[in-house]
Amino acid sequence: MLSFIARRLGLLIPTFFGVTLLTFALIRMIPGDPVEVMMGERRVDPAMHAEALHRLGLDKPLYAQYFDYIGNLAHGDLGESLRTRESVWHEFITLFPATLELSLAALLFAGTVGLIAGVIAALKRGSLFDHGVMGISLAGYSMPIFWWGLLLIMFFSVWLGWTPVSGRIDLLYDIEPRTGFMLIDTLLSDEEGAFVDALQHLILPAVVLGTIPLAVIARMTRSAMLEVLREDYVRTARAKGLSPARVVFVHGLRNALIPVLTVIGLQVGTLLAGAVLTETIFSWPGVGKWLIESIGARDYPVVQNGILLIACLVIMVNFVVDILYGLANPRIRHQR
Amino acid sequence: MSLLDIKNLSVRFGDANAVPVVDGLDISVDKGEVLAIVGESGSGKSVTMMALMGLIEAPGRVNADSLQFDGTDMLRLKGKQRRNIIGKDLSMIFQDPMTALNPSFTVGFQIEEVLRQHMGLKGKAARQRALELLEKVEIPGASSRLEAYPHQLSGGMSQRVAIAMAIAAEPKLLIADEPTTALDVTIQAQIMELLVNLQREQDMALVLITHDLAVVAETAQRVCVMYAGQAVEVGSVPELFNNPTHPYTEALLKAIPEHSLGAERLSTLPGIVPGRYDRPQGCLLSPRCPYVQEQCRQQRPALEAHERGAVRCFFPLNLTSEVA
Repeated sequence: MLSFIARRLGLLIPTFFGVTLLTFALIRMIPGDPVEVMMGERRVDPAMHAEALHRLGLDKPLYAQYFDYIGNLAHGDLGESLRTRESVWHEFITLFPATLELSLAALLFAGTVGLIAGVIAALKRGSLFDHGVMGISLAGYSMPIFWWGLLLIMFFSVWLGWTPVSGRIDLLYDIEPRTGFMLIDTLLSDEEGAFVDALQHLILPAVVLGTIPLAVIARMTRSAMLEVLREDYVRTARAKGLSPARVVFVHGLRNALIPVLTVIGLQVGTLLAGAVLTETIFSWPGVGKWLIESIGARDYPVVQNGILLIACLVIMVNFVVDILYGLANPRIRHQR
Repeated sequence: MSLLDIKNLSVRFGDANAVPVVDGLDISVDKGEVLAIVGESGSGKSVTMMALMGLIEAPGRVNADSLQFDGTDMLRLKGKQRRNIIGKDLSMIFQDPMTALNPSFTVGFQIEEVLRQHMGLKGKAARQRALELLEKVEIPGASSRLEAYPHQLSGGMSQRVAIAMAIAAEPKLLIADEPTTALDVTIQAQIMELLVNLQREQDMALVLITHDLAVVAETAQRVCVMYAGQAVEVGSVPELFNNPTHPYTEALLKAIPEHSLGAERLSTLPGIVPGRYDRPQGCLLSPRCPYVQEQCRQQRPALEAHERGAVRCFFPLNLTSEVA
């Protein structure tokens, strides 16, 4: 197990450098530079422009800029935003809880609904329910997030008026950010009705963000369950005289969960990528929206290091999932 | 009265017109008796016992006049009542022990599950009893094995665990579905010996599904020979071995390698078991039978009792008096 962890950690290094190189190059391929964006549409005085670039160190050759960047990273310095002059790390850590809250809510939604729907579809294979769930999940998987989000906003927020259109909480409430998680902070505050309001704000974006993972989890659960239910040990369990529920949920689902868990882990990347779009649609003040705005402003340090932080996070989560996988599957746990 | 009395059992997969996999089968087992069911693959041996346990799922269809077990007709029982009997009074072990145990749970958990379900044992009492059961099936270092997962056990060990699970609730009838087929030859003998000892100690009846006639000769009191879903001969050991009355039984016995010592080739029965689309109109064995007559091709014989058992043949072998 220890050598397994060491090997996985070793893989982090090339991934890390790959991400820095990619973001560094990609953001510079977009036409324009931070100074132009800051100065606006009108022609800038070339002398002033050059002077500003020099101040930011952007007049150096690209390789020198890259080495500066890596050098700063080596000192743990993620730089500061060109727009706000705030440290990138500080901005990230302030905004990240919002993204995390949204992602966890989406995962909770996708996980519970996906598991239940997948198990029922497997048990009632070939039924109308089965075909329905598989059809809907294929549609959900294929749906572009921005369009799906707009559809739901139009239906639930505009026509039915059930949920707010955007944001995390109504402006009426003044919530002190203690944990950064709005659901928890509203509970800690003494503002009445704030928790329910925060929940209402959370539901629609969570559903939108959770749709693709939901489809993947439902399909994976169904196929894993179908496979497991054919196994000899399920027949053994039935021959013991156990109740059908126990056979399915204890003997079946326990084994079907192993591949599903891996898929859920892989969805974390999808979630964070989806969060960029979802946060933009719902004006959700999280990391995704922050990155989109920074790309627009050619805020090089924020884009480079924001993406780097998220990439590290995805790698970490996959790493944790691998370890969990070992815990769920005794055959892996006992190797070595 | 017999412990088990199956009357006219048929199992089909598909609609009511589908060719039956088990076709009008009668079987009875007395208390404490060892009955062997032999026949080649696909003859319906396992399906018969799965039907008795209620483990045949759609699209399988089970029909019978009765499935009497210990005074209850298993056919008329609803889910919960049936589940109170299977795994308790009527239990089963399967062919491949390496896949029959759940890979995600410890041996102890899987045995204790039966004790909790049928004996009302929990916690320490269940653990203690599970340990006794492992010792009973002669697993060395039983206490350390309780925490083992199935993948840490060999095939023989796994089969012992499966046996421990099956006898945990002291069944009146244990069905062993080819319990040694997947195991090494040396282990096979040990497992058979264990099963026979347990059968004697606990005075339980044993239905042994096998195609190993040597095992049958050593362990069983009675034999039912199946061919294409029908019982073709029922008789006691050793009479059936010495004087088989059905041509198929005779062919099975001739195919034992030891019986062909000195011969150029192993004796075999040409052809294969009739499938779904080539079932003969007459006796199901007629296309392969060395003694076939015109009557055999036209009509299907019934299972008829005779002085030593029963046979499904118009022209039985080795019988002094003619079958009625």
